[in-house]
Amino acid sequence: MSETKIAPPDRAQSPILPPPVDVFEDDCGITLYADMPGVPKEKLHVRIDAEALVIEGEIDFPIVKDMEASHVEVQSPRFQRTFSLGKELDGEKAQAEFRNGVLKLRIPKLEQAKPRKIEVRID
Amino acid sequence: MFRTLSLGDFFSDLGHLQRQLLRFSGTADNIRGFGRSDFPPINIGTTPDSVEIFAFAPGLDPASIDLAIERGLLSLSGERRDELPQEEDKLAIHINERFSGTYRRVVSLSDDIDPETAHASYKDGILHIQVKRRAAAIPRRIDIQ
Repeated sequence: MSETKIAPPDRAQSPILPPPVDVFEDDCGITLYADMPGVPKEKLHVRIDAEALVIEGEIDFPIVKDMEASHVEVQSPRFQRTFSLGKELDGEKAQAEFRNGVLKLRIPKLEQAKPRKIEVRID
Repeated sequence: MFRTLSLGDFFSDLGHLQRQLLRFSGTADNIRGFGRSDFPPINIGTTPDSVEIFAFAPGLDPASIDLAIERGLLSLSGERRDELPQEEDKLAIHINERFSGTYRRVVSLSDDIDPETAHASYKDGILHIQVKRRAAAIPRRIDIQ
């Protein structure tokens, strides 16, 4: 039997998994989706400080009595990824949703950063 | 212009199929590996009386997951749509890493499992499938009188 445990006991030493993300931008802000399967709501942490966005989460591997791992593709329970944000984004108004292991984050732009249509008048 | 299938493509597709077919024996790993890049990633564990399969498949509607056991092969398939809104004109896509499209993973189960006992649940984006082993296959301790 393989010696690998599904949940490594020393979590501090386990490598970091960067969650795959999609990032879209429209005139009013940025939308980010991140895949973090197995992370319960209480172990998800989203921080925005000093123009950086940090996403962290810890997988709660389901515990089955007397189980030995025989094949492991997800080896670490720790998701983490950091993004730098531009000055034009308003981190204080960010909104997060988390459902079925997918984080959706919406960060609006500051009012003055939103594009303004300038009408050109020809007299 | 349409794409013609070359012999090389054909063999790379075969290799892909092979990689998708996880040989699961409980005692040894497949020498050809398992193809780690496919969606969803899978962890497999064994207990003395069951096989436990965990698919890391976030953002799916459980009703849309097609799960079947046929001739000792567990297959997991379906489609994952991306969240990109279609009607927005002024949308810039900066990063697009999340899987979208149709997926299919196949796990070859050991001979001693009982497909009738398969049970699946979906929580926090992990699909957990449990299949019991047949009673005869459960190791039994024999007491010496």
